[in-house]
Amino acid sequence: MRKILNVALPKGRLGEKVYDLFEKAGYGCPTIKEPGRRLVFENLEKGIRFFWVKPSDVGVYVERGAADVGVVGKDVLTEYGSDVYELLDLGIGKCSMAVAAKADFQDDRSKPLVVATKFERIAKRYYAEQDREIDIIRLNGSIELAPLLGLSDVIVDIVETGATLRENGLVVVERFADISARLIANKSSFKFKTNGVENLVDGLRKQIGTNKSDD
Amino acid sequence: MKDWSAVLSREERTAFSLRALYAENGYEKYRMSKLEEYDVYARNKEFLVSENVLTFTDLDGRLLAMKPDVTLSIIKNARLGAGEVMKVYYHENVYRAAKGTRSYQEIMQAGLECLGAVDEDALLEALTLAVKSLDCISESNVLELSHMGIVGGVLNACALSDGGKRAVLDALSRKDLSGIRSVAAQEGLEESKSALLERLATVYGGIDGVDEALDVFCVDGATTAAVADFRGILKGLKALGLSDKIRVDFSVAGNRKYYSGVAFQGYVEGIPTGVLSGGQYDGLMQAMGKNGKAVGFAVYLDELRR
Repeated sequence: MRKILNVALPKGRLGEKVYDLFEKAGYGCPTIKEPGRRLVFENLEKGIRFFWVKPSDVGVYVERGAADVGVVGKDVLTEYGSDVYELLDLGIGKCSMAVAAKADFQDDRSKPLVVATKFERIAKRYYAEQDREIDIIRLNGSIELAPLLGLSDVIVDIVETGATLRENGLVVVERFADISARLIANKSSFKFKTNGVENLVDGLRKQIGTNKSDD
Repeated sequence: MKDWSAVLSREERTAFSLRALYAENGYEKYRMSKLEEYDVYARNKEFLVSENVLTFTDLDGRLLAMKPDVTLSIIKNARLGAGEVMKVYYHENVYRAAKGTRSYQEIMQAGLECLGAVDEDALLEALTLAVKSLDCISESNVLELSHMGIVGGVLNACALSDGGKRAVLDALSRKDLSGIRSVAAQEGLEESKSALLERLATVYGGIDGVDEALDVFCVDGATTAAVADFRGILKGLKALGLSDKIRVDFSVAGNRKYYSGVAFQGYVEGIPTGVLSGGQYDGLMQAMGKNGKAVGFAVYLDELRR
């Protein structure tokens, strides 16, 4: 009997791009494009079932085995530290993790740096590597506001083109990690649905054209 | 005799089957107190899954810990003469920080340790018992084997910095090829070495399937010897009829300071995380001032509650 592969996709623009990639790789599920509020879609003929979840929850669904595979940004994956296999860089949703500040910002090493971010763990690790003492402020959105209002010295956030930063008078101080969407898999599912997962990885790899290292 | 099967939970039933299995194979029950001197863990922190240990002061002022691990206590108390083997099993609660929370958790573990003059037969017996332990939980299971001599040897052969080694091992545990590639690029490795590191993440399969692929890791004397050792163990497992349960997977991690030889992890279908973990930890024996070798594993019974 063929085993169904459960796929957690991140809701939103990235998820739609990812679904298109799955469709091109031969894992389409036509009902998914019908308007409505359904969250689960399946194509039993292709042995696949998709569900839409909040992007930051994809790692949890996969780690806990509710989904066999999922697609999630490297930023979210690093921040939550999910214990999963990271099988493929899908090369979409590309951006960087960066430090940004007001244009006139000067780092004063005589006192702790105040950092506002959504990515607490990433920011802590980044500054720990430099032995820089920081005071971290966790925010859930509109991070760019923090330096403008004097809430923080710098922010650590994802930056794509930098347009939002520029419009708010901020500049990138350093881009320190590349971010893109990753295909992740549950460790146990990988053992018991090996063929299904490997075929999916191969199919997707052909679509993104980075058939470089694997054989 | 009263039939208890209806009353026992899956966790308890499995625990009793495992105890019977280990006892039938000549392992003796090892019973220990809930508490251990904190010092034992402080000195061997890197062996522990989590560094957090639940401590308190005893009435006489000694700092004690609720056991986060059983292996260290067994090794500490082992009295081994030359040529002697100690085979013990345990069924104990341990106390660890629960992932993603800021609180401790009680975890029921069963497992075994074979210490001292561990020869190839004893190693194969331990691996066989690991597979049989998984059988006690579910027929559909796999035991994944890595070899620390091969993984460590390849890292050494690539002349990575300490930070680079850590980063590669971290990416390897996630089978993250792009992560391995980016570390290799940062460390300025030539293409062939980078490809070799990537092979660690991509070689996966049954005993016969990966046999040829192992050749690629014979890059110097140390790795050639490690590959030969691994092949010998795989051949032994095949002869025991365990081929369909064994997968070779170098992403199975063990602390390089303590583990030597094989490291393994067991999975059963339907449980999202590994339920069994173990390996050969001759390095830990040395670190604790004991002679001889060691192999052992633990079964995480709390995973069966779901």
